[in-house]
Formats: sequence, C-alpha cells, structure tokens
Amino acid sequence: MTATLRPGPLAELARDDSSLRRFLHGLSGVDQVGAEGRAAMLATRSIKTTAKAWAIDAAIGMVDLTTLEGSDTPGKVRSLCAKAMRPDPSDAGVPAVAAVCVYPDLVETAVRALAGSRVQVASVATAFPSGRAALATKLVDVAEAVAAGASEIDMVIDRGAFLAGRYGQVFDEIAAVKQACGSAHLKVILETGELVTLDNVRRASWLALLAGGDFIKTSTGKVSPAATPPVALVMLQAVRDFADRTGELRGVKLAGGIRSAKEAVRYLVMVNEVAGQAWLRPEAFRFGASSLLNDLLQQRHKLATGAYDGPDYVTVD
Amino acid sequence: MPGKPKSSITKVTGSGSSPAGEVAAGPSRVAVRKTYKLYIGGAFPRSESGRSYPVTGSDGTLLAHAAQASRKDVRDAVVAARKAFPGWSGATAYNRGQVLYRIAEMMEGRREQFAAEVRAAEGGSPEQASAQVDAAIDRWVWYAGWTDKWAQVAGGSNPVAGPYFNFSLPEASGVVGIVAPPESSLLGFVSVVAPAVATGNTVVVIAAPQRPLPAVSLAEALATSDLPGGVINLLTGSVGELAPWLAGHRDVNCLDLTGVAPADRVALAVAAADTVKRVFAPTGFDPAAEPGTARLAAFTETKTVWHPMGV
Amino acid sequence: MTVFEYAPAPESREIARLKPHYGIFVDGRFSDGRGEAIKTINPATEEPLTEVAEASADDVDDAVTAARQAFEPWAALPGSVRAKYLFRIARAMQERARELAVLESLDNGKPIRESRDVDVPTAAAHFFYYAGWADKLGYAGFGPQPRPIGVAGQVIPWNFPLLMAAWKIAPALATGNTVVLKPAETTPLTAITLAEIIAECDLPPGVVNVLPGGPAVGQAIVDHPGIDKIAFTGSTSVGKMIQRSVAASGKRVSLELGGKAANIVFDDAPLDQAVEGIVNGIFFNQGHVCCAGSRLLVQESIHDELIGALHHRLRTLRLGDPLDKNTDIGAINSAAQLARIRELADSGVAEGAERWSPDCALPDRGFWFPPTLFTGVSQANRIAREEIFGPVLSVLTFRTPAEAVEKANNTPYGLSAGIWTEKGSRILWMANRLRAGVVWANTFNRFDPSSPFGGYKESGFGREGGRHGLAAYLESENYLAR
Repeated sequence: MTATLRPGPLAELARDDSSLRRFLHGLSGVDQVGAEGRAAMLATRSIKTTAKAWAIDAAIGMVDLTTLEGSDTPGKVRSLCAKAMRPDPSDAGVPAVAAVCVYPDLVETAVRALAGSRVQVASVATAFPSGRAALATKLVDVAEAVAAGASEIDMVIDRGAFLAGRYGQVFDEIAAVKQACGSAHLKVILETGELVTLDNVRRASWLALLAGGDFIKTSTGKVSPAATPPVALVMLQAVRDFADRTGELRGVKLAGGIRSAKEAVRYLVMVNEVAGQAWLRPEAFRFGASSLLNDLLQQRHKLATGAYDGPDYVTVD
Repeated sequence: MPGKPKSSITKVTGSGSSPAGEVAAGPSRVAVRKTYKLYIGGAFPRSESGRSYPVTGSDGTLLAHAAQASRKDVRDAVVAARKAFPGWSGATAYNRGQVLYRIAEMMEGRREQFAAEVRAAEGGSPEQASAQVDAAIDRWVWYAGWTDKWAQVAGGSNPVAGPYFNFSLPEASGVVGIVAPPESSLLGFVSVVAPAVATGNTVVVIAAPQRPLPAVSLAEALATSDLPGGVINLLTGSVGELAPWLAGHRDVNCLDLTGVAPADRVALAVAAADTVKRVFAPTGFDPAAEPGTARLAAFTETKTVWHPMGV
Repeated sequence: MTVFEYAPAPESREIARLKPHYGIFVDGRFSDGRGEAIKTINPATEEPLTEVAEASADDVDDAVTAARQAFEPWAALPGSVRAKYLFRIARAMQERARELAVLESLDNGKPIRESRDVDVPTAAAHFFYYAGWADKLGYAGFGPQPRPIGVAGQVIPWNFPLLMAAWKIAPALATGNTVVLKPAETTPLTAITLAEIIAECDLPPGVVNVLPGGPAVGQAIVDHPGIDKIAFTGSTSVGKMIQRSVAASGKRVSLELGGKAANIVFDDAPLDQAVEGIVNGIFFNQGHVCCAGSRLLVQESIHDELIGALHHRLRTLRLGDPLDKNTDIGAINSAAQLARIRELADSGVAEGAERWSPDCALPDRGFWFPPTLFTGVSQANRIAREEIFGPVLSVLTFRTPAEAVEKANNTPYGLSAGIWTEKGSRILWMANRLRAGVVWANTFNRFDPSSPFGGYKESGFGREGGRHGLAAYLESENYLAR
C-alpha cells in the first residue's frame, strides 16, 4: 500500500489545505441530537441466545488486548500475550483475540511471546498519547516499532493542527507515517474526546481515510470521553460512505471506556446496521480494551452454564 | 460536660407519645436516638467544626443536639451546590417535576414522624401538626407541577418589528442561599426551598435555628427521593454566624432572606451587593397561603434569543 | 452462524394479563354493555384476542347521566385535589407500563419498542403534565378563574389508543370537566385498562366513563344533548360529519384530523439524520400517524444521493412480530386499512410513479404491508394528495425554498411539516410560511405533553398538549389563546 492516494477523483482533494478544507467542510453536517437519538435507538436492540453467543465470540476475536501503562514490564506483556492466545484456560473453544497492543519498547517481547500464533502485535507510536513531538521523532518511533516486529501501528493525529484548520499538515503526517509503516497496518487515532463535535469527528475520519489510514480509531484511552455511541456511529458512517465512493473497505477501532460485554454487543449491532455485515470481522472492526475481555468471558460462561459468573472464574493478567 | 442531664433522663424514659417521635415498644425498650446532622452534597456530615447545640422543644425539654455549622460548612455547601447546578438546571423540566413529586411521595410515608417532630418543635395540637405536614407535602406537589409550566407562563415569543424570530425564556439563576423562616419548621422550610429548586437552582439553606429537626428529617427524605446530591444543602446553626458568609460568598447568585428579621436584613443585603446577588426579602410571609409565582420569578433570569428569518 | 442474525426476542404476551372479557365502564362500575359484544383480534396473526362488550344507545345515556351528575362536584373540588387524582393516574400508568405496552402491541399491531418507548411513557407524562395545571389554571392566561365546559364526549382513533385516551382525558379532568370516552372499535383494550386504573385511583364515579363500540356509539355520543363538548381525533371525513352534526347544538368542538405532511429536505441538510427523520416520519407506527411525513420534498440536487441512502436504510428495517423487541415495523391495524393502503399504492403505480420496497418477507397470516417508496411522484397523483395512513412514502422534488413552501402548502391538510437544513435562518423563514400546526426542524414526529399539537385547515382545529391544550376544555370567555 502506498502512502498517497491512489489515482482517482478523491486524490485531487489532498492537493493543498484549501482543497482539503473545501472537501471536509462540504461533507454533510451531523446533527448531534439526531445522531444521539439514532445511537440510542440502536442500543434498544435485544440480542439473545444464539445471536448473543455469536456476538460474544465475534467480539473476543476483535479485541486488541491492550496495556499502555508507564509501569508496563516484559513480565506483564508476556502474561497478557498468554491471555491473548488463550483467553479462557478452561475452554479451548474460546477464540484468540485479534492483537496485543503495547508501547514500542515492548513490541519485541510481545512478538516473541506470540510467535506461532495468529495474534497480531500492535504498537502505539508517534509520541503516544499526546502526539506532541517533531514529525521526524514520530517517524523514528514508528520505524522502530515496525522493525521490532509490530504488524499494526496505532498513531495519533495532531489535534492541535486539526483544530487550527491545518488539514494539510495532518494529512501529510498521516501519509508519512503510513509510508513508515511499510507493510504494517495503520490505525489512525482521532482522539475524538478532544475534537468534541461530531462534525469534527466526521471531518477527521475522512481526513484520515483520505491520507491512507487502514483503520480510524476513536481514542488513546487517556482522554475522556473516549469511545461513545454517537462517535462510533459517525465513524462507521464515514467508512461506509468511503467504501461507497472508492470501493475500499477501511476499518474502525473503538477504544477507551468499553468495559462490558453489553456495550460491546451494542457496538456490534451498530456495526451491523450502520456499516454492514462486511465490517463484522477483525480485519474491519476492533475493540481496543483491557478489562472488556474478562467481561466477555464471564458472559460466555453465563450462556454456557446458565448461572451468573463471578470475577474469580476468569484470569487476571 | 455542659448540657441538661435532667431533661435528657426524661427523654430516655419517654412514653410512646414522646414529641421527638421516639416510640417506645415497651417499658424495657431503650429507644435508639437519631443524630441530627447537616446535609451537604448528598451526604450527612457533622459540622466540620465538631460543634453542636442543644435544641429544645416548645415545652423546654431537650430534643437533641443539632450540628452547629461553621463558615467552612457554608463553604462546602456552596461548593456542593455549584457542582450540582449544571446537572440539575440542565435536567429536563419533566424530570425535575418527577423528582419533586417523588419527594412528596417520600414524605407521605413518614407523615407521622414529621408530625411528631413538628409538634415537638412548635407545640400545638396533633391536628395542627398534621395539617402542617400535609400542607408541606402538597407544596412539593404544587411545585412539581410548576417545573414544566413556568417557562410557558413566564416565557414566550416577542413579535419584534423585523425579520427575526425572538423569544424569551426563564432560566435558573444559579446557587441560592436561603434563610428558612423561624416560625414554621417544616411548611415554611419547604415553601422557601421548593420554588428555588423547581426552576433548576441549587440551594444552600439555613434551617430555623430553634426548630431545625423537622428540616433535618426532611433531608433524609430528600436523600431517598432521586434528588441529586448537592441540589439542596442543609445547614443548622446560628443565622447570625452563617448568613453573612452566605451573603458575602462570591459564588452564590441569590439570597432569600425570608427567615431573617427585618432589622438584620440590611447588612446582608449590602454584602450581597458586592456580587450583585438577587435578594428576595418578602414582608409578611405566610406559608399557609397559596404560594403564587413570586418565588419562582425571584430566582430565574430571563434570556432573550434573536434569530434571523431568511432563505 | 456466520452472520449476525438477531435471535427472536419476543416480549411475553402473559405480561398483558389479557382477560377473556372486557366490559364497559360507566359511573365507576364495569358491566356488560347492552350492545353486541365485539371480538377483537390480533392484527399480526388474525387470531381472536378477547371479547369486548359494546355500548348501546342506552349505555351512552347512562354514561352521560353519570358524567353530568359527577360534573358539579368534580368541578367544585379544589384544583389541588383534582391534581392529586391525575398524579395518581400518571404514577399508576408508569407502574403498569410494561403491561400496557404489551397489551397495546397485541391489540394494535404496533412494535413493542414503540408502545414501550413512546406510547405508554408519553401517555403517563401527559397525565403528569396536566395534573400540574389543575391547581394553576388561574395562571394559564384564561382569566383568574376559568370554568370548565361540562361533559366532554371524546372519540379517539386506533393508531395510538392509550396515548389518545390520555390526550383527551387528562386536560379535560384537570380543568374540571367529566368525560365520556369512546375508544376505537379495533383497539379498545388499553382504554378499558386505563378505566381500571382510574377506578383503582379512586376517582369519583362518573368522572370518567369508557364506552367501547363502533361508529353508532360515536354518533350517539356526538348527538347526545347532555354533552357539552365533543373532542374528536380521526379521519377528516368523520370530522366533517361531526362538525355538521353539532352545528346547531351549541356544543363546543375540537377536531384533530388527517394530514399529508411535507418533509422538506434541503441540500445542506444533515443527511444521515434526515434519513432517520424520513424513516421515522413515515414508518413510525406503520405510517398510521395523522402527522406522518408522507410527502418527501427533496431538493433536486440531492435527490439521487438521498434516495440511495434511503434504500440502504430501508433494507435494515425489521418487519414482523410486534412483540419482538427488535421489530421496527409491525402489523397494519385491520383488514380494512390494509385494503385502503393497497388500493392507494396500486393507484401510485397506475399513475406512473416508481414503486420500490426492500426485500422483506411478509408473515403469512395477519395484515402486513412492506415499507414502500414511490419516486417520480407528481403533485397531481393521488398518493401525493390523499392520506394513505400506511408505510408508503411519496417522493417529490423542488428547486427553491419558495417552491418547497408552495408545494408543501398545496394540500387541504395542514397538520405538520418537516424541514431539514443546517441553516437556522431558513428554518425559521420556512416555518413562518408553512400552513401547518406543527413544524419540526431537523427532527420529526416528536411529541411532548408540554407542546401543543393540532392542525390548520382540514386537519382540524383546537390544540392538544401544552398550555394551549387547556383552552379546549375551558369556557371561552377571557381567552388569551385558543
């Protein structure tokens, strides 16, 4: 994949700041009340029995199991990797998660721990979580993570530049990082909690997609609010519309604050009804989470046993 | 230890008709007494000062030692009220109505306790006490009905001469500091607090110093009635000590001096002028009369919005 | 399972506590009516649900007499006392909300999601709202001591059976009137259950009387000399008959009739939300909504884009069992209504419009009609002029705001309208010119007890809801507003 747009009608847009601006501000506006209402309506869907079982396993397979603490150690990461490959020691039928997500310096540890499995190694890069560093520094950050074996890179956009209207700068940075990724997949974190309006979320989504992001991702998890239903709705509409116009299917990753299986299932309903079935797979949709996995496992136990589960029956990693 | 040991003994052995509501199950039953505390931010702290003061009934017997709030309790209460303001004023009027009605429901279930406490505080017949409690409950119902109607009565569109749509709406003023009337321990208290919160204000209220106990029990009903913590904050203690801090507080928007004697109002009103507080100081307060809308108007601002009309 | 298929999530019909027989409610008592008992059916299956007593002309007499006798004492009660009764009813409805919702969906065919999330809570809220007015009438702008009219005869439709009962009863009672209410023939169950709630709330006998039955019962109520005011919600044709019937009687009348609302979408609209608003506007309650946005007026420049988005969205609508919590589109209420929708849809095809529906399997039994879109519709087509009262949307185009207004107003109806644009100034310019009683901007089909509802022109007169809704039940001197 190249860092720049393929030739086509959308390629022209990135010519300069003003053409990007014209395009992004020409996108249909988002009425906040209406978007929230739609998200709330979708949350009333009642997912039971077989549908719930499918959704829970699907959600487990879409988790980017994440640890992004200053206190992370190789031991912590190895433990997380074990959990990622086999989430439930008592049940080999539980699918592995999609990826493990760590800081760049722990990529090597994760790669080694996950060797032979299909679990990907994702790394946050680009001066995560603030993104406040020189472009050159960010690119080195990315290159090192990729060199260490990361197959997915989660970058943060420059929200300052975005909010100041320097769309070209944001575009170029994403494009440069995409190039630095090589064959690694790029997830572009919009940090929607700092963009605040749904109009901004829509514009940032398109900007990231135009610049070559394979995924658009809500949040670093370090800013609140993080993933919310209306934000997810708008981002799913963006990848849906992008696919309509280009034929290219790009993914969405929701991260930050999703802790319960119930929320995860609601988001899968939203993916299903807003974007479509094509997005209901790990190649196109992810949850960035840590504690979510255990709740999914507990709900899985509940379906299997019929009894409500307790936290002592899932592992703490 | 200071206090009145004699009256205290009287209380322990009190009969079933004990005015403070201590219903003894039998001669051998030692009643469990209630500690009357402050109500701040949805919690029931003692005064940060650790002080208390004896509260006696209309017959002079000791009823309890109430918390004697300090200026720092005023400070904490204002912080709690300000914190609760965005949520409460931003709640739908319908929602506020539901909550106020819920308060009435919660009081209804404790009518006898309130009647006993009112009678202990104020004397009079059991019927008078019950009538006051019933009126206090009904007052919540009255204001529950106002929450989603006040804007319809006090607001409206204005036919300005030009291509503009123009409308005016009442909005809550903010944090209201209230001194509750001394004579009516429950109905008077409700009559000053309910209208302020009905429109979305949050409140710091100083209960009647000599008769604070029914108000403290009311706070217990408030705490179990879906009212968010911090919307109503109750202080007991000396008006003379506390009211000046409320009047001078720069984060208080309005002052209701109903419970302050006319002679003492001026100094508070002068202090309030420093931050241009809205001061409401009615003469001749009668809690038994139909309340009207003056108190709703007193603590709301009118906001007018202009918007052009054109293609 | 390789795809995400929602397993059935049906609400239990046991919750409705269906009884084998429902009576009429007169003077505080339930009894068998003297008319022929009606069998009600579940429109989703055509299976009989239960049997309902029908009122006779004599029952109407008794009910009016009871209401007359109850009137003076009820009106003389302090407003605060009437308020408490209404608050009680509101609370009791909230307590029995689930039961009422299931019962409504069984009887009417509407999706449980709508009866649960809209009909029942809004009905309870209506009582709550008007309860608060009962002791504040002097502040409502109708003079210091506004007086009730007397006995109100109220005839309501089948599309929102409980909600319409609430819209009728709550303001009437708050202002001190008494009531004789006739629910629709095909949907009497929730109104009778509301009567049960009212009895449990200890309202004085005769204040509310509920008489299930057909048109003859309605006519008897309209013609009865003991009734002072008629409030009717239903079709424009019946509304006209009522207005004629009472012309010489001196009875007060309020009518909430049909509509053919324009939902107007400009090229700068928030498109995803407009799609939702269009869908909600016409497919909410299977389009059995007098204020439904049944004419989509779309700016020509975005016609194709919007229709594409609508196709995408309509494919996700879930039609089927009304009791399934995931159902978006339920059953058509009756065979007669289904026949009317089919006839009008066929006329659309015959007149040259293009018909489209998503692939959507209809159940074998029951009354069903798929969500349907007509494009290429002209103002002259029947589907652009007549109220279909079903899930059928007619799409027309316009070029300028002035043309949109002209087309929107070009109908004998005038109940509601929708405007979709991110430009506030244009919203107000349009709203100023639209001849409709309710104008929704960037939303549609919103209802609130504090918001007046009612029509211009042949959509009726009088308002329900809000401060204005009191006027329909107060003597007419000292009016500030009707």
